[in-house]
Amino acid sequence: MRATLATMERFDVAVIGGGMVGTAIGYGCAALGARVAVLDEGDVALRAARGNFGLVWGQSKGDGMPAYGDWTRQSIRLWPDLAARVSGLAGRDVHYRATGGLGFCLDEKELAAKADFVRRRHNDGHATLRMLDRRELLELMPGCPLGPEVLGASFDPSDGHADPLVLLHGMQAGLLRAGGRHLPGAAVTGIDDAAGFWRITRADGSAIEASRVVIAAGVATTPIAAMVGMDVPVRPVRGQNIVTERLDPILPLPASALRQTGDGTIQIGVTNEDDGSFEIATTTAALARMAARAIRVLPAIKAARMNRAWAALRPMTPDGFPAYAESATHRGCFVATCHSGVTLAAVHAGPLAAGILAGHLPEFAIDLHPDRFRGMTHVSSH
Amino acid sequence: MFRRTEPTDCTISWEGRDIPARAGESLAVTLLAAGVTAFRQTPVTGTERGPLCLMGACFDCLVELDGQQNVQACLAPVRPGMVAAMQRGARHFHQSEDAA
Repeated sequence: MRATLATMERFDVAVIGGGMVGTAIGYGCAALGARVAVLDEGDVALRAARGNFGLVWGQSKGDGMPAYGDWTRQSIRLWPDLAARVSGLAGRDVHYRATGGLGFCLDEKELAAKADFVRRRHNDGHATLRMLDRRELLELMPGCPLGPEVLGASFDPSDGHADPLVLLHGMQAGLLRAGGRHLPGAAVTGIDDAAGFWRITRADGSAIEASRVVIAAGVATTPIAAMVGMDVPVRPVRGQNIVTERLDPILPLPASALRQTGDGTIQIGVTNEDDGSFEIATTTAALARMAARAIRVLPAIKAARMNRAWAALRPMTPDGFPAYAESATHRGCFVATCHSGVTLAAVHAGPLAAGILAGHLPEFAIDLHPDRFRGMTHVSSH
Repeated sequence: MFRRTEPTDCTISWEGRDIPARAGESLAVTLLAAGVTAFRQTPVTGTERGPLCLMGACFDCLVELDGQQNVQACLAPVRPGMVAAMQRGARHFHQSEDAA
């Protein structure tokens, strides 16, 4: 099918990717007055947004990459405002609670490693993180039935958590309310120069044109970025999740890989399976390991029923940090990829969206440019 | 809303009153046949809910059954004399842990 000039829809911004990252950018651009289309592959897409744990989290972000730490802290500062807006847009509470967040240590070795980590983070400028011993933990969470193996935890009072489903729904509602379009159902097959616009063609034969293009396609980023001359190596890293039945409050603060949602569900993570496979099956061994560790933290939950387990794929760059850039060869075409779509939603919908509309990215983006991956052989997950 | 096609052969207790049942059918079916649609009150808003899928997937038919909370009524076979009640809010965890 050939799209004719008469039917070709034109937008200020076309975002390729309707997950947490693309929706935040699309919502942000639309809220600033741009005419936006979010192109979403559809329910066949391997969305990382399926696996969001819901942490709004700075303590583990930016070890060895201060720009990522700064960017994360900026987003956490903007989160209260985003939470108020998306709760209004979604018509229900996004359950953002900046309660502080924990990283539990279950033996002396974990405690020593975590203390080292906290010192490194301080050197990177992340000053709010500190260690708590068991007594301080119990003072922080009176009555929390922590297991006897919990020796201490890292604690960052600026961390918290939110409901990722309500977040995504609220940002989608905001996109539509600001006049944006959500166009699901077909993968992008080409991005071509069309006399001052970028023409995006899709697998169903449809096409649109836009002045600016933002590629926020998660694990599908690499081939789409290549269409606009950018080399952005992104590989899938699988993460598994468990949720229990809803329980009365038992864990007041969220922790790395263990939180109780505002609805009462206990959510247990997490794996970092870096095998290159796009499979999204769960494995009994991983689920058993995750549950066993959660029960060491909170022995009471051994009696909780497990309702569901699933896996999702995170987009991972060679150094594990996000990548943002404008193409040097295709001006007006941008890429944005990260695996912290919930935490970074506030900067994606704010300063990043504004930078894309202004045609120059915020300053942090210099350090997070994908050109740093050239010749990179070391590969790690963060 | 629903009409039985086979006779009942026992009773169960629901919220303190006797309801006719057929041993072996699911508790959800017993309740629906008796005209009960409010099985639980959600932990989030307290809204009353009842079965949607009747096959174990939706978790909207949760009840308290013989002292056990958060039981899926659609997966619980009826035994004569069983005692069931609405699931009100989240599972009261510490209490049930003590019982376990």
